[in-house]
Amino acid sequence: MASAKPRVKVPASAAKGEIIEIKSLISHTMESGQRKDKEGKAIPRKIINKFIVTFNGKEFFSADWAPAISANPFLSFHMRAEESGTMGFTWIDDDGSKYTAEKNLKVT
Amino acid sequence: MIEETKMKLKETPKEISRRHVIMLVGAAAATAGMLPRVSLADKAATDAAIKAIGGDGAEMSGITLDLPQIAENGSTVSVGVEVDSPMTADNYVKTVYIFAEGNPNPDVCTLHFTPAGGIARAYTRIRLAKTQNVIALAEMSDGSFKRETVEVKVTIGGCGG
Repeated sequence: MASAKPRVKVPASAAKGEIIEIKSLISHTMESGQRKDKEGKAIPRKIINKFIVTFNGKEFFSADWAPAISANPFLSFHMRAEESGTMGFTWIDDDGSKYTAEKNLKVT
Repeated sequence: MIEETKMKLKETPKEISRRHVIMLVGAAAATAGMLPRVSLADKAATDAAIKAIGGDGAEMSGITLDLPQIAENGSTVSVGVEVDSPMTADNYVKTVYIFAEGNPNPDVCTLHFTPAGGIARAYTRIRLAKTQNVIALAEMSDGSFKRETVEVKVTIGGCGG
């Protein structure tokens, strides 16, 4: 599989106290472990099982994923904008690989 | 012109009836195929998972679970969940669990919220193996639970291959 490519959408700026929507997407097959190959052998499970979001280093949202999450997992969620800073995203693969992304938010 | 209209009028009922027949046959086949597939074992696994978390006495309100009534492609079904909560430091949604009763494994995802989120709402895309109930269970900061169930009819399952 090609390396997972994360994409995140965070508004560049927000008013203090505003609730902003954050959208995240990462390219990944999310192999469920339920499928069989042409010879009838089970294809081993390989999914992203954890997604963590931090703001200025402090975790404020996370998700545990089971194989029932679709390929190229998409997740949108929210944050109340209180101060300017950096949002950090980490996806953790079954094989231990970590994929990361960062976005800056300016609060006015 | 008049001739054309007449022809159209003649043709239209025929087209509709043909379409109707196809739709009816399709719906009947779909229903027949769906009903026996919802097995009790799946529901039992989901109930056990909910009980293990402590949510078996959950209040059946306070969650909006947004799913299509009919999902043509079970490999990617949009799901939105929102839990009523002020999301303040002493009253917020801690965790939202999503279960799919008819999947090989009922677990779908677990979302961990904090008051910093401002609102307990999320959207994602999930796999559904067949027609089934999708359940959202929310654990609040005071230890109480809320629960919502939505049935989704799945045309093509999205787990096996």
